[in-house]
Amino acid sequence: MTAQSKPIDQLAAALYEAEQTREGIAPLTERFPDLSIDEAYQIQLTNIKRKVKEGRTIVGKKIGLTSKAMQNLLGVDQPDYGHLLDSMVVENGGTVPQSKVLHPRVEGEIAFILKEDLRGPKVTVTDVLQATAYVVAAIEIVDSRIKDWKIKLADTIADNASSGLYVLGNRPVAIDQLDLAQIGMVLYKNGEVMNTGVGAAALGHPALCVAWLANQMAHFDTYLKAGEVILSGALSAAVDAEPGDHFTVRFETLGEVSVKFEG
Amino acid sequence: MERHQAIARFLYDAEAEGREVVRITKDQFPEMTVDDAYQIQRELIKLKLDQGRKIIGLKMGLTSQAKMKQMNVHEPIYGYLLDDMLVDDGGQLAIGPLIHPRAEAEIAFILGEDIAGPGVSAAQVMAATKYVLPALEIIDSRYENFNFTLPDVIADNASSSRLVLGSTLTPPDAQELDLAGTTLWINGELKDLGAGAAVLGHPANAIARLANMLARSGEKLKAGQVILSGAITGAISIKEGDFVQVKISGLGEVSVNVTK
Repeated sequence: MTAQSKPIDQLAAALYEAEQTREGIAPLTERFPDLSIDEAYQIQLTNIKRKVKEGRTIVGKKIGLTSKAMQNLLGVDQPDYGHLLDSMVVENGGTVPQSKVLHPRVEGEIAFILKEDLRGPKVTVTDVLQATAYVVAAIEIVDSRIKDWKIKLADTIADNASSGLYVLGNRPVAIDQLDLAQIGMVLYKNGEVMNTGVGAAALGHPALCVAWLANQMAHFDTYLKAGEVILSGALSAAVDAEPGDHFTVRFETLGEVSVKFEG
Repeated sequence: MERHQAIARFLYDAEAEGREVVRITKDQFPEMTVDDAYQIQRELIKLKLDQGRKIIGLKMGLTSQAKMKQMNVHEPIYGYLLDDMLVDDGGQLAIGPLIHPRAEAEIAFILGEDIAGPGVSAAQVMAATKYVLPALEIIDSRYENFNFTLPDVIADNASSSRLVLGSTLTPPDAQELDLAGTTLWINGELKDLGAGAAVLGHPANAIARLANMLARSGEKLKAGQVILSGAITGAISIKEGDFVQVKISGLGEVSVNVTK
Protein backbone atom coordinates (compact mmCIF):
# COMPACT_ATOMS: atom_id res chain seq x y z
CA MET A 1 0.00 0.00 0.00
CA THR A 2 1.14 3.51 -0.69
CA ALA A 3 1.21 6.39 1.79
CA GLN A 4 -2.54 6.78 2.02
CA SER A 5 -4.55 3.59 1.75
CA LYS A 6 -7.49 3.66 -0.62
CA PRO A 7 -11.08 2.56 -0.05
CA ILE A 8 -10.64 -0.52 -2.28
CA ASP A 9 -14.11 -1.95 -1.59
CA GLN A 10 -15.81 1.38 -2.19
CA LEU A 11 -14.04 1.96 -5.51
CA ALA A 12 -14.79 -1.62 -6.61
CA ALA A 13 -18.45 -1.10 -5.72
CA ALA A 14 -18.57 2.10 -7.78
CA LEU A 15 -17.27 0.23 -10.85
CA TYR A 16 -19.66 -2.67 -10.22
CA GLU A 17 -22.56 -0.23 -9.97
CA ALA A 18 -21.49 1.54 -13.18
CA GLU A 19 -21.59 -1.76 -15.04
CA GLN A 20 -25.07 -2.61 -13.73
CA THR A 21 -26.58 0.81 -14.39
CA ARG A 22 -24.60 1.43 -17.60
CA GLU A 23 -23.66 4.86 -16.24
CA GLY A 24 -19.95 5.56 -16.63
CA ILE A 25 -18.20 7.06 -13.62
CA ALA A 26 -15.39 9.60 -13.28
CA PRO A 27 -11.86 8.16 -13.47
CA LEU A 28 -10.77 6.71 -10.11
CA THR A 29 -7.46 8.49 -10.62
CA GLU A 30 -9.28 11.82 -10.57
CA ARG A 31 -10.06 11.29 -6.89
CA PHE A 32 -6.89 9.31 -6.16
CA PRO A 33 -4.13 10.46 -8.50
CA ASP A 34 -1.65 8.16 -6.74
CA LEU A 35 -3.79 5.01 -7.09
CA SER A 36 -1.13 2.33 -7.55
CA ILE A 37 -1.03 -0.60 -9.93
CA ASP A 38 -1.25 -3.02 -6.99
CA GLU A 39 -4.29 -1.21 -5.59
CA ALA A 40 -5.89 -1.20 -9.03
CA TYR A 41 -5.47 -5.00 -9.31
CA GLN A 42 -6.96 -5.33 -5.80
CA ILE A 43 -10.02 -3.43 -6.99
CA GLN A 44 -10.26 -5.67 -10.06
CA LEU A 45 -10.00 -8.82 -7.93
CA THR A 46 -12.60 -7.57 -5.48
CA ASN A 47 -15.17 -7.35 -8.26
CA ILE A 48 -14.14 -10.66 -9.83
CA LYS A 49 -14.55 -12.38 -6.42
CA ARG A 50 -17.94 -10.74 -6.01
CA LYS A 51 -19.07 -11.99 -9.41
CA VAL A 52 -17.77 -15.50 -8.73
CA LYS A 53 -19.72 -15.46 -5.48
CA GLU A 54 -22.79 -14.51 -7.52
CA GLY A 55 -22.30 -17.64 -9.62
CA ARG A 56 -20.01 -16.53 -12.44
CA THR A 57 -17.08 -18.69 -13.49
CA ILE A 58 -13.61 -17.50 -14.48
CA VAL A 59 -12.92 -18.97 -17.93
CA GLY A 60 -9.69 -17.20 -18.81
CA LYS A 61 -7.74 -13.96 -18.99
CA LYS A 62 -7.23 -11.12 -21.41
CA ILE A 63 -4.08 -9.18 -22.00
CA GLY A 64 -4.37 -5.49 -22.75
CA LEU A 65 -2.04 -2.66 -23.77
CA THR A 66 0.04 -4.97 -25.92
CA SER A 67 0.62 -2.51 -28.76
CA LYS A 68 3.21 0.25 -28.78
CA ALA A 69 0.50 2.72 -29.79
CA MET A 70 -1.65 1.90 -26.73
CA GLN A 71 1.34 1.83 -24.40
CA ASN A 72 2.43 5.26 -25.67
CA LEU A 73 -1.10 6.58 -25.27
CA LEU A 74 -1.20 5.61 -21.60
CA GLY A 75 2.49 6.30 -20.98
CA VAL A 76 3.32 2.74 -19.91
CA ASP A 77 5.88 0.22 -21.04
CA GLN A 78 4.11 -3.04 -20.26
CA PRO A 79 0.73 -4.70 -20.79
CA ASP A 80 -2.02 -5.27 -18.24
CA TYR A 81 -4.55 -8.05 -17.80
CA GLY A 82 -8.11 -8.76 -16.81
CA HIS A 83 -10.34 -11.76 -16.09
CA LEU A 84 -12.73 -13.41 -18.54
CA LEU A 85 -16.00 -14.71 -17.09
CA ASP A 86 -18.51 -17.11 -18.60
CA SER A 87 -21.01 -14.24 -18.77
CA MET A 88 -18.80 -12.41 -21.29
CA VAL A 89 -19.08 -15.00 -24.04
CA VAL A 90 -21.02 -14.12 -27.20
CA GLU A 91 -21.44 -16.84 -29.81
CA ASN A 92 -19.87 -16.42 -33.24
CA GLY A 93 -22.30 -14.44 -35.42
CA GLY A 94 -24.34 -13.55 -32.35
CA THR A 95 -25.89 -10.25 -31.29
CA VAL A 96 -24.80 -8.08 -28.39
CA PRO A 97 -27.79 -6.60 -26.57
CA GLN A 98 -27.45 -2.91 -25.82
CA SER A 99 -28.14 -3.68 -22.19
CA LYS A 100 -24.75 -5.38 -21.93
CA VAL A 101 -22.48 -2.52 -23.01
CA LEU A 102 -21.66 1.15 -22.31
CA HIS A 103 -19.12 2.42 -24.88
CA PRO A 104 -18.15 -0.75 -26.74
CA ARG A 105 -15.15 -0.97 -29.07
CA VAL A 106 -14.14 -3.90 -31.22
CA GLU A 107 -10.71 -5.48 -31.63
CA GLY A 108 -9.40 -8.53 -33.51
CA GLU A 109 -7.19 -10.90 -31.53
CA ILE A 110 -5.77 -14.39 -31.46
CA ALA A 111 -7.11 -16.50 -28.57
CA PHE A 112 -5.02 -19.25 -27.00
CA ILE A 113 -6.70 -22.25 -25.41
CA LEU A 114 -4.34 -23.94 -22.96
CA LYS A 115 -3.97 -27.68 -22.52
CA GLU A 116 -1.44 -27.41 -19.71
CA ASP A 117 -0.96 -25.10 -16.74
CA LEU A 118 1.55 -22.29 -17.24
CA ARG A 119 3.35 -21.32 -14.07
CA GLY A 120 5.72 -18.36 -13.96
CA PRO A 121 8.26 -17.02 -13.43
CA LYS A 122 10.48 -17.61 -16.44
CA VAL A 123 7.79 -18.90 -18.77
CA THR A 124 9.09 -18.56 -22.34
CA VAL A 125 7.43 -18.36 -25.75
CA THR A 126 8.38 -22.00 -26.34
CA ASP A 127 6.65 -22.97 -23.07
CA VAL A 128 3.52 -21.15 -24.18
CA LEU A 129 3.49 -22.80 -27.62
CA GLN A 130 3.86 -26.25 -26.05
CA ALA A 131 1.16 -25.63 -23.46
CA THR A 132 -1.36 -24.43 -26.08
CA ALA A 133 -4.08 -26.84 -27.24
CA TYR A 134 -5.00 -24.59 -30.14
CA VAL A 135 -5.48 -20.99 -31.23
CA VAL A 136 -8.66 -19.50 -32.59
CA ALA A 137 -9.78 -16.22 -34.19
CA ALA A 138 -11.37 -13.87 -31.67
CA ILE A 139 -13.19 -10.58 -31.39
CA GLU A 140 -12.80 -8.76 -28.15
CA ILE A 141 -15.42 -6.15 -27.33
CA VAL A 142 -13.68 -3.84 -24.92
CA ASP A 143 -15.75 -1.51 -22.81
CA SER A 144 -15.11 1.03 -20.09
CA ARG A 145 -17.07 1.71 -16.96
CA ILE A 146 -15.13 4.98 -16.81
CA LYS A 147 -17.06 7.75 -18.54
CA ASP A 148 -15.91 8.38 -22.15
CA TRP A 149 -12.88 6.09 -21.83
CA LYS A 150 -10.97 8.80 -19.91
CA ILE A 151 -8.68 6.16 -18.47
CA LYS A 152 -5.24 6.15 -16.98
CA LEU A 153 -3.40 2.88 -16.38
CA ALA A 154 -4.77 2.36 -12.86
CA ASP A 155 -8.32 3.09 -14.03
CA THR A 156 -8.32 0.45 -16.71
CA ILE A 157 -6.66 -2.16 -14.50
CA ALA A 158 -9.22 -1.57 -11.73
CA ASP A 159 -11.96 -1.85 -14.37
CA ASN A 160 -10.88 -5.43 -15.26
CA ALA A 161 -8.60 -4.12 -18.02
CA SER A 162 -11.65 -2.64 -19.77
CA SER A 163 -13.02 -6.11 -20.53
CA GLY A 164 -16.46 -6.33 -22.02
CA LEU A 165 -17.42 -9.37 -24.06
CA TYR A 166 -15.68 -11.71 -26.44
CA VAL A 167 -16.45 -13.93 -29.41
CA LEU A 168 -14.44 -16.95 -30.54
CA GLY A 169 -14.34 -18.28 -34.09
CA ASN A 170 -15.33 -21.83 -35.01
CA ARG A 171 -12.00 -23.08 -36.32
CA PRO A 172 -9.50 -24.30 -33.74
CA VAL A 173 -6.03 -24.46 -35.31
CA ALA A 174 -3.05 -26.39 -33.93
CA ILE A 175 -0.23 -24.01 -33.17
CA ASP A 176 2.69 -25.97 -34.57
CA GLN A 177 3.75 -24.90 -38.08
CA LEU A 178 2.01 -21.54 -37.62
CA ASP A 179 3.97 -18.31 -37.85
CA LEU A 180 1.72 -16.37 -35.50
CA ALA A 181 3.81 -13.20 -35.81
CA GLN A 182 3.04 -12.96 -39.54
CA ILE A 183 -0.64 -13.96 -39.54
CA GLY A 184 -2.58 -11.18 -41.22
CA MET A 185 -5.88 -9.81 -39.88
CA VAL A 186 -8.53 -7.56 -41.41
CA LEU A 187 -11.28 -5.87 -39.38
CA TYR A 188 -14.48 -4.95 -41.24
CA LYS A 189 -17.32 -2.80 -39.90
CA ASN A 190 -20.53 -3.04 -41.93
CA GLY A 191 -18.56 -4.58 -44.77
CA GLU A 192 -15.90 -1.88 -44.96
CA VAL A 193 -12.23 -2.40 -44.08
CA MET A 194 -11.54 -0.44 -40.88
CA ASN A 195 -7.96 -1.53 -40.32
CA THR A 196 -5.53 -4.39 -40.75
CA GLY A 197 -2.85 -5.97 -38.61
CA VAL A 198 -0.59 -8.94 -38.03
CA GLY A 199 0.28 -11.09 -35.03
CA ALA A 200 3.47 -9.14 -34.46
CA ALA A 201 1.36 -6.14 -33.44
CA ALA A 202 1.02 -7.77 -30.00
CA LEU A 203 4.46 -7.24 -28.41
CA GLY A 204 6.13 -8.75 -31.49
CA HIS A 205 4.46 -12.14 -31.02
CA PRO A 206 1.13 -13.14 -29.42
CA ALA A 207 2.76 -15.99 -27.49
CA LEU A 208 5.13 -13.48 -25.91
CA CYS A 209 2.06 -11.74 -24.45
CA VAL A 210 0.85 -15.02 -22.95
CA ALA A 211 4.32 -15.65 -21.52
CA TRP A 212 4.28 -12.15 -19.99
CA LEU A 213 0.91 -12.92 -18.42
CA ALA A 214 2.03 -16.24 -16.95
CA ASN A 215 5.05 -14.52 -15.42
CA GLN A 216 2.91 -11.67 -14.15
CA MET A 217 0.52 -14.14 -12.47
CA ALA A 218 3.47 -15.54 -10.53
CA HIS A 219 3.75 -12.18 -8.72
CA PHE A 220 0.28 -12.84 -7.35
CA ASP A 221 1.19 -16.43 -6.55
CA THR A 222 -1.19 -17.81 -9.13
CA TYR A 223 -0.92 -19.27 -12.65
CA LEU A 224 -2.68 -19.89 -15.96
CA LYS A 225 -4.70 -23.07 -15.91
CA ALA A 226 -5.28 -25.79 -18.49
CA GLY A 227 -8.53 -25.07 -20.33
CA GLU A 228 -8.35 -21.33 -19.92
CA VAL A 229 -8.98 -18.96 -22.84
CA ILE A 230 -6.31 -16.29 -23.18
CA LEU A 231 -7.03 -13.29 -25.38
CA SER A 232 -3.51 -12.34 -26.32
CA GLY A 233 -3.93 -8.68 -27.31
CA ALA A 234 -5.35 -6.51 -30.08
CA LEU A 235 -3.73 -6.70 -33.52
CA SER A 236 -5.05 -3.29 -34.59
CA ALA A 237 -6.70 -0.21 -33.12
CA ALA A 238 -10.08 -0.64 -31.41
CA VAL A 239 -13.05 0.50 -33.50
CA ASP A 240 -16.15 2.15 -31.96
CA ALA A 241 -19.35 0.10 -32.20
CA GLU A 242 -22.73 1.80 -32.58
CA PRO A 243 -26.13 0.11 -32.28
CA GLY A 244 -26.86 -1.82 -35.50
CA ASP A 245 -23.21 -2.22 -36.53
CA HIS A 246 -21.88 -5.59 -37.54
CA PHE A 247 -18.25 -6.56 -37.43
CA THR A 248 -16.28 -9.32 -39.09
CA VAL A 249 -12.64 -10.08 -38.45
CA ARG A 250 -10.85 -12.31 -40.95
CA PHE A 251 -7.52 -13.97 -40.24
CA GLU A 252 -5.09 -15.78 -42.41
CA THR A 253 -5.32 -19.55 -41.62
CA LEU A 254 -7.58 -19.00 -38.58
CA GLY A 255 -10.75 -18.12 -40.50
CA GLU A 256 -13.21 -15.47 -39.41
CA VAL A 257 -15.39 -14.40 -36.54
CA SER A 258 -18.26 -11.93 -36.48
CA VAL A 259 -20.70 -10.17 -34.19
CA LYS A 260 -23.63 -7.74 -34.42
CA PHE A 261 -24.75 -5.00 -32.10
CA GLU A 262 -28.44 -4.79 -31.38
CA GLY A 263 -29.99 -1.86 -33.34
CA MET B 1 2.09 22.19 -73.56
CA GLU B 2 5.31 24.16 -73.28
CA ARG B 3 4.41 24.94 -69.72
CA HIS B 4 3.99 21.20 -69.01
CA GLN B 5 7.38 20.46 -70.56
CA ALA B 6 9.04 23.21 -68.55
CA ILE B 7 7.65 21.84 -65.29
CA ALA B 8 8.63 18.31 -66.27
CA ARG B 9 12.20 19.55 -66.88
CA PHE B 10 12.13 21.37 -63.52
CA LEU B 11 11.17 18.15 -61.71
CA TYR B 12 13.63 16.10 -63.77
CA ASP B 13 16.47 18.43 -62.77
CA ALA B 14 15.42 18.40 -59.11
CA GLU B 15 15.65 14.60 -59.09
CA ALA B 16 18.91 14.50 -61.06
CA GLU B 17 20.49 16.97 -58.65
CA GLY B 18 18.92 15.46 -55.51
CA ARG B 19 17.50 18.86 -54.70
CA GLU B 20 14.15 19.45 -53.04
CA VAL B 21 11.85 22.06 -54.55
CA VAL B 22 8.76 24.01 -53.59
CA ARG B 23 5.54 22.37 -54.78
CA ILE B 24 4.40 23.43 -58.24
CA THR B 25 0.96 24.56 -57.08
CA LYS B 26 2.47 27.09 -54.65
CA ASP B 27 3.63 29.69 -57.23
CA GLN B 28 4.45 28.08 -60.59
CA PHE B 29 1.05 26.67 -61.52
CA PRO B 30 -1.54 27.13 -58.78
CA GLU B 31 -4.43 26.11 -61.03
CA MET B 32 -2.79 22.82 -62.14
CA THR B 33 -5.45 20.11 -62.56
CA VAL B 34 -5.09 16.34 -62.26
CA ASP B 35 -5.14 16.15 -66.07
CA ASP B 36 -2.35 18.73 -66.32
CA ALA B 37 -0.43 16.72 -63.74
CA TYR B 38 -0.61 13.45 -65.69
CA GLN B 39 0.50 15.33 -68.82
CA ILE B 40 3.51 16.71 -66.92
CA GLN B 41 4.21 13.19 -65.65
CA ARG B 42 4.17 11.91 -69.25
CA GLU B 43 6.63 14.63 -70.28
CA LEU B 44 8.85 13.72 -67.33
CA ILE B 45 8.86 10.05 -68.32
CA LYS B 46 9.61 11.07 -71.92
CA LEU B 47 12.71 12.92 -70.71
CA LYS B 48 13.86 9.76 -68.95
CA LEU B 49 13.16 7.52 -71.95
CA ASP B 50 15.19 9.96 -74.05
CA GLN B 51 18.09 9.19 -71.71
CA GLY B 52 17.80 5.51 -72.63
CA ARG B 53 15.76 4.30 -69.66
CA LYS B 54 13.00 1.76 -70.08
CA ILE B 55 9.55 1.45 -68.53
CA ILE B 56 9.33 -1.79 -66.54
CA GLY B 57 5.91 -1.24 -65.02
CA LEU B 58 3.72 1.03 -62.92
CA LYS B 59 3.00 1.81 -59.29
CA MET B 60 -0.16 2.75 -57.48
CA GLY B 61 -0.18 5.42 -54.80
CA LEU B 62 -2.68 6.72 -52.25
CA THR B 63 -4.33 3.32 -52.04
CA SER B 64 -5.07 3.40 -48.31
CA GLN B 65 -8.16 4.97 -46.75
CA ALA B 66 -5.87 6.89 -44.41
CA LYS B 67 -3.84 8.45 -47.23
CA MET B 68 -6.89 9.21 -49.38
CA LYS B 69 -8.53 10.91 -46.41
CA GLN B 70 -5.34 12.83 -45.65
CA MET B 71 -5.19 14.10 -49.26
CA ASN B 72 -8.98 14.44 -49.42
CA VAL B 73 -9.27 12.36 -52.61
CA HIS B 74 -11.38 9.40 -53.69
CA GLU B 75 -9.11 7.94 -56.31
CA PRO B 76 -5.62 6.51 -56.08
CA ILE B 77 -2.82 7.79 -58.33
CA TYR B 78 -0.23 6.07 -60.48
CA GLY B 79 3.31 6.55 -61.68
CA TYR B 80 5.79 4.75 -63.92
CA LEU B 81 8.59 2.40 -62.87
CA LEU B 82 11.80 2.58 -64.88
CA ASP B 83 14.65 0.08 -65.20
CA ASP B 84 17.14 2.25 -63.31
CA MET B 85 14.92 2.22 -60.20
CA LEU B 86 15.53 -1.48 -59.54
CA VAL B 87 17.77 -2.51 -56.65
CA ASP B 88 18.68 -6.14 -55.99
CA ASP B 89 17.08 -8.10 -53.16
CA GLY B 90 19.66 -8.16 -50.36
CA GLY B 91 21.70 -5.59 -52.27
CA GLN B 92 22.74 -2.03 -51.64
CA LEU B 93 20.52 0.98 -51.96
CA ALA B 94 22.66 4.09 -52.40
CA ILE B 95 20.70 7.03 -51.02
CA GLY B 96 23.31 9.69 -51.79
CA PRO B 97 21.37 10.84 -54.86
CA LEU B 98 18.01 10.80 -53.03
CA ILE B 99 16.40 13.62 -51.07
CA HIS B 100 14.42 12.16 -48.15
CA PRO B 101 13.75 8.49 -48.99
CA ARG B 102 11.10 6.45 -47.22
CA ALA B 103 10.40 2.70 -47.39
CA GLU B 104 7.01 1.01 -47.80
CA ALA B 105 5.99 -2.66 -47.91
CA GLU B 106 3.93 -3.74 -50.91
CA ILE B 107 2.84 -6.71 -52.98
CA ALA B 108 4.19 -6.61 -56.55
CA PHE B 109 2.34 -8.26 -59.43
CA ILE B 110 4.06 -9.57 -62.55
CA LEU B 111 1.58 -9.77 -65.39
CA GLY B 112 1.33 -12.77 -67.67
CA GLU B 113 -1.15 -11.09 -70.01
CA ASP B 114 -2.11 -7.57 -71.04
CA ILE B 115 -4.94 -5.97 -69.06
CA ALA B 116 -6.97 -3.34 -70.87
CA GLY B 117 -9.76 -1.31 -69.23
CA PRO B 118 -12.36 -0.06 -68.84
CA GLY B 119 -14.44 -2.45 -66.76
CA VAL B 120 -11.54 -4.54 -65.44
CA SER B 121 -12.35 -6.55 -62.28
CA ALA B 122 -10.07 -7.85 -59.55
CA ALA B 123 -10.77 -11.41 -60.72
CA GLN B 124 -9.59 -10.49 -64.21
CA VAL B 125 -6.39 -9.08 -62.69
CA MET B 126 -5.78 -12.27 -60.71
CA ALA B 127 -6.32 -14.36 -63.85
CA ALA B 128 -3.87 -12.21 -65.84
CA THR B 129 -1.21 -12.27 -63.11
CA LYS B 130 1.68 -14.68 -63.44
CA TYR B 131 3.33 -14.11 -60.07
CA VAL B 132 3.08 -12.05 -56.94
CA LEU B 133 6.11 -11.18 -54.82
CA PRO B 134 7.06 -9.12 -51.79
CA ALA B 135 8.39 -5.67 -52.60
CA LEU B 136 10.03 -2.73 -50.91
CA GLU B 137 9.17 0.54 -52.52
CA ILE B 138 11.42 3.49 -51.82
CA ILE B 139 9.53 6.71 -52.36
CA ASP B 140 11.22 10.11 -52.46
CA SER B 141 9.16 13.18 -53.14
CA ARG B 142 11.04 15.92 -54.90
CA TYR B 143 9.05 18.42 -52.83
CA GLU B 144 10.22 19.99 -49.59
CA ASN B 145 9.04 18.00 -46.55
CA PHE B 146 6.74 15.84 -48.71
CA ASN B 147 4.54 18.93 -48.81
CA PHE B 148 2.33 18.62 -51.91
CA THR B 149 -1.21 18.64 -53.24
CA LEU B 150 -2.66 15.83 -55.35
CA PRO B 151 -1.62 17.32 -58.77
CA ASP B 152 1.89 18.01 -57.42
CA VAL B 153 2.51 14.41 -56.45
CA ILE B 154 1.09 13.09 -59.73
CA ALA B 155 3.36 15.40 -61.75
CA ASP B 156 6.31 14.10 -59.67
CA ASN B 157 5.65 10.54 -60.93
CA ALA B 158 3.85 9.65 -57.70
CA SER B 159 7.08 10.11 -55.67
CA SER B 160 8.62 7.04 -57.35
CA SER B 161 12.29 6.50 -56.63
CA ARG B 162 13.52 2.90 -56.20
CA LEU B 163 12.11 -0.59 -55.82
CA VAL B 164 13.40 -3.88 -54.49
CA LEU B 165 11.61 -7.07 -55.52
CA GLY B 166 11.79 -10.26 -53.47
CA SER B 167 13.42 -13.34 -54.93
CA THR B 168 10.52 -15.74 -54.44
CA LEU B 169 7.81 -15.94 -57.10
CA THR B 170 4.39 -17.15 -55.96
CA PRO B 171 1.40 -17.93 -58.17
CA PRO B 172 -1.34 -15.40 -57.29
CA ASP B 173 -3.94 -18.01 -56.35
CA ALA B 174 -1.67 -19.68 -53.78
CA GLN B 175 -2.48 -16.97 -51.27
CA GLU B 176 -5.37 -14.89 -49.99
CA LEU B 177 -3.62 -11.62 -50.75
CA ASP B 178 -6.01 -9.48 -48.70
CA LEU B 179 -5.15 -11.48 -45.57
CA ALA B 180 -1.39 -11.58 -46.18
CA GLY B 181 0.28 -10.36 -42.98
CA THR B 182 2.97 -7.80 -43.72
CA THR B 183 5.73 -6.45 -41.50
CA LEU B 184 8.37 -3.79 -42.13
CA TRP B 185 11.57 -3.97 -40.08
CA ILE B 186 14.54 -1.64 -39.85
CA ASN B 187 17.64 -3.00 -38.15
CA GLY B 188 15.56 -5.77 -36.63
CA GLU B 189 12.99 -3.42 -35.12
CA LEU B 190 9.36 -3.75 -36.18
CA LYS B 191 8.45 -0.37 -37.67
CA ASP B 192 5.02 -0.93 -39.18
CA LEU B 193 2.60 -3.67 -40.18
CA GLY B 194 -0.67 -4.46 -41.89
CA ALA B 195 -2.43 -6.92 -44.17
CA GLY B 196 -3.10 -6.82 -47.91
CA ALA B 197 -6.64 -5.49 -47.40
CA ALA B 198 -5.09 -2.15 -46.41
CA VAL B 199 -4.79 -1.63 -50.19
CA LEU B 200 -8.33 -0.82 -51.35
CA GLY B 201 -9.67 -3.97 -49.65
CA HIS B 202 -7.50 -6.25 -51.84
CA PRO B 203 -4.30 -5.49 -53.79
CA ALA B 204 -5.90 -6.79 -57.01
CA ASN B 205 -8.55 -4.05 -56.66
CA ALA B 206 -5.74 -1.50 -57.00
CA ILE B 207 -4.46 -3.10 -60.21
CA ALA B 208 -8.00 -3.19 -61.64
CA ARG B 209 -8.41 0.51 -60.83
CA LEU B 210 -5.07 1.21 -62.48
CA ALA B 211 -6.07 -0.59 -65.70
CA ASN B 212 -9.34 1.36 -65.73
CA MET B 213 -7.59 4.70 -65.11
CA LEU B 214 -5.10 3.99 -67.92
CA ALA B 215 -7.97 3.22 -70.31
CA ARG B 216 -9.01 6.90 -70.14
CA SER B 217 -5.85 7.80 -72.01
CA GLY B 218 -5.99 4.75 -74.27
CA GLU B 219 -3.26 2.88 -72.39
CA LYS B 220 -3.20 -0.61 -70.95
CA LEU B 221 -1.11 -2.80 -68.66
CA LYS B 222 1.21 -5.12 -70.55
CA ALA B 223 2.35 -8.72 -70.09
CA GLY B 224 5.69 -8.82 -68.30
CA GLN B 225 5.19 -5.53 -66.47
CA VAL B 226 5.79 -5.23 -62.74
CA ILE B 227 2.98 -3.47 -60.90
CA LEU B 228 3.39 -2.19 -57.36
CA SER B 229 -0.11 -2.38 -55.96
CA GLY B 230 0.18 0.17 -53.15
CA ALA B 231 1.60 0.47 -49.64
CA ILE B 232 0.36 -1.93 -46.97
CA THR B 233 2.39 -0.11 -44.31
CA GLY B 234 3.13 3.53 -43.69
CA ALA B 235 6.20 5.10 -45.32
CA ILE B 236 9.17 4.93 -42.95
CA SER B 237 12.21 7.20 -43.24
CA ILE B 238 15.47 5.39 -43.94
CA LYS B 239 19.09 6.44 -43.55
CA GLU B 240 22.59 5.26 -44.37
CA GLY B 241 23.49 2.08 -42.49
CA ASP B 242 19.89 0.83 -42.18
CA PHE B 243 19.00 -2.76 -42.99
CA VAL B 244 15.43 -2.66 -44.25
CA GLN B 245 13.37 -5.82 -44.44
CA VAL B 246 9.83 -6.72 -45.43
CA LYS B 247 8.12 -10.02 -44.65
CA ILE B 248 4.82 -10.97 -46.25
CA SER B 249 3.24 -14.17 -45.11
CA GLY B 250 3.05 -16.74 -47.89
CA LEU B 251 5.20 -14.59 -50.20
CA GLY B 252 8.52 -14.54 -48.36
CA GLU B 253 10.78 -11.58 -47.70
CA VAL B 254 12.78 -8.86 -49.37
CA SER B 255 15.55 -6.72 -47.93
CA VAL B 256 18.09 -4.05 -48.74
CA ASN B 257 21.12 -2.41 -47.14
CA VAL B 258 21.05 1.37 -47.21
CA THR B 259 24.39 2.89 -48.20
CA LYS B 260 25.70 6.36 -48.96
